This record gives sequence, structure tokens and C-alpha cells, in this order.
Amino acid sequence: MNHEHNLSCQDLLGNLSNFIDGELTDDLCQELQRHMSGCENCRVVFDTMTRTIYLYHAGAQQTGLPEGVRGRLFETLHLDDLLKPAE
Amino acid sequence: MIENSPELSIPALRAGDRHQFALLVDSYSIPIYRLGLKMLGNQQDAEDVLQITFLKALQHLGDFEGRSSLSTWLYRIAANEALMLLRRNSQKSIRQSISLDEESEDADGEALQPVQLADWTALPESDLLSAESKQHLDSAVQNLPARLRVVFIMRDIEGLSIKDTAEALALTETAVKTRLLRARLNLREQLSDYFGERLHQETHDEPRTQP
Repeated sequence: MNHEHNLSCQDLLGNLSNFIDGELTDDLCQELQRHMSGCENCRVVFDTMTRTIYLYHAGAQQTGLPEGVRGRLFETLHLDDLLKPAE
Repeated sequence: MIENSPELSIPALRAGDRHQFALLVDSYSIPIYRLGLKMLGNQQDAEDVLQITFLKALQHLGDFEGRSSLSTWLYRIAANEALMLLRRNSQKSIRQSISLDEESEDADGEALQPVQLADWTALPESDLLSAESKQHLDSAVQNLPARLRVVFIMRDIEGLSIKDTAEALALTETAVKTRLLRARLNLREQLSDYFGERLHQETHDEPRTQP
């Protein structure tokens, strides 16, 4: 019960981003996981942040170029003679 | 994340090979357009960013020394253009000041303390990525200060590494990490506000009409 480096919620918050990015040492990761298993609020913050990042990344992958943008770009660059259908 | 196209030859590009340049344009135009769109929030400005980025790339390919990757180099041009356009737009409507300076690190006074603690992660993905939700995701990004927004877009939307993001924005990796944490906390808060409300409606709404 008495860990020497008992992490506070503030410590978790400060390291949250680096934790998600896998930038922390194994020891610190274990500390954070231990903290979250006993702290519902921190677990929710971690889960919802991870989900937030996922949604932005996944949502953006569906963005393509609107109609006409590629043609106008090739024209601007004087490459319109090379305009082949996009793959 | 941009895949480095195997057919792209940097020496040929630098020598002015037009076919190679067309290939470069097709490999990178979607992510560059997306960066402009997420930074500026409208299609016309995104198209401007796209065109100016490749015009500048064409002009300056001779100076490309290969110290960073081609994609990082393009992202750097695009981010600079996007921030310049934002600055120009904000002169018209003094809605926000645009600064990428390191010293303004603590100047925003954004709340770092999480307030919304609803666990909405179990909502189905079809809800979370519905057209309406996506509109909300977009406007939440627009609410971020530009210096946080650009970091979030590069790292989390486009999937650049911390190192490449730092390189493209001429920031230290520490500054990138700090901004990333702030951006993520801010967006998490905004999304939790929104999806938490949805969750509440779903669990408490009585059917409004009887069948």
C-alpha cells in the first residue's frame, strides 16, 4: 500500500500525454497504471483522451480533395499537360 | 502519416524533372490540403495553402538539402503558409492573436484541470464519427489557440513523430510535448462536454412519442 513514489492525480496529468505516446520509462508506466486502477477519474481522463485522439485521426483519414482542386493545382504549377486521372 | 513514395527521386526532383514533381504533388497534396483545412477551417483557404505550398516547393527544391525528410520539409512550408494566412485573416477580425513564440507558453491561461469526467468511450463509433459529431470535432479544433492547433494537427491528425513535428515547426521537442498535452486536454474537455451530454440523453430520454 505504501509506495515510495505514490503518484498524485497531478503527476498523472502532467505525464498523460507522454504516457500515451510511449515516451515514459517502464517503471513510470507501471506507476501510472497502478494509480489508474485505483482512481476512476484518472482512468476516465486517460480513456477519453485516447479516444479523442483516435477520433480525430480516424475522422481525418476520410478527407480527400474536393472536386476540381487537383486540376486547379496542376494548372497553377503549369503541370496540366501531365494531368492523369488520380489513382 | 505520409508514406514516402518509393518512386520519388530527390536528385531528379532537384534537377527539375516535371514528371517527378507531378508525382510529388499527388503523393502529398491530400495531407497538405488537410493541414490547411484543419488550420483555417474553410476550403478556400485550404486550397490557397495547398497551391502556395507547392509553388514554393517548386521554387525552392534546389535548396532542399535532405537534412529533413521531404514530407517534413513540405509540412514546414505548409504550416508557415497556414499561420501567415491565419494572421492575415485575424487582422480583419481581431478574434485571436497568432503567436508561435516559445515565451507565450503559459500565456493562454487554459484550464489544465479536467472538469468533464463523463465516460463516453462506450458510445458506438457510428455516433462518435457521425456527420454531426465530425462538425463538432472540427469546431473544437478551431477553438484551440493556433500554436496548439498546429501541433495537434501534425502530431495527432497527420501522425508525424514528435521529432518531425518539432523540426517542421522549428520548436524544441519539449515545447511540442507541452503544447500537445495542452491541446489534447483542451479537446478532451470539449468532446467530453459534447459526448457526455449525448450519453446523458441516451440514458435518460423517455420516448417522446408512443408508437
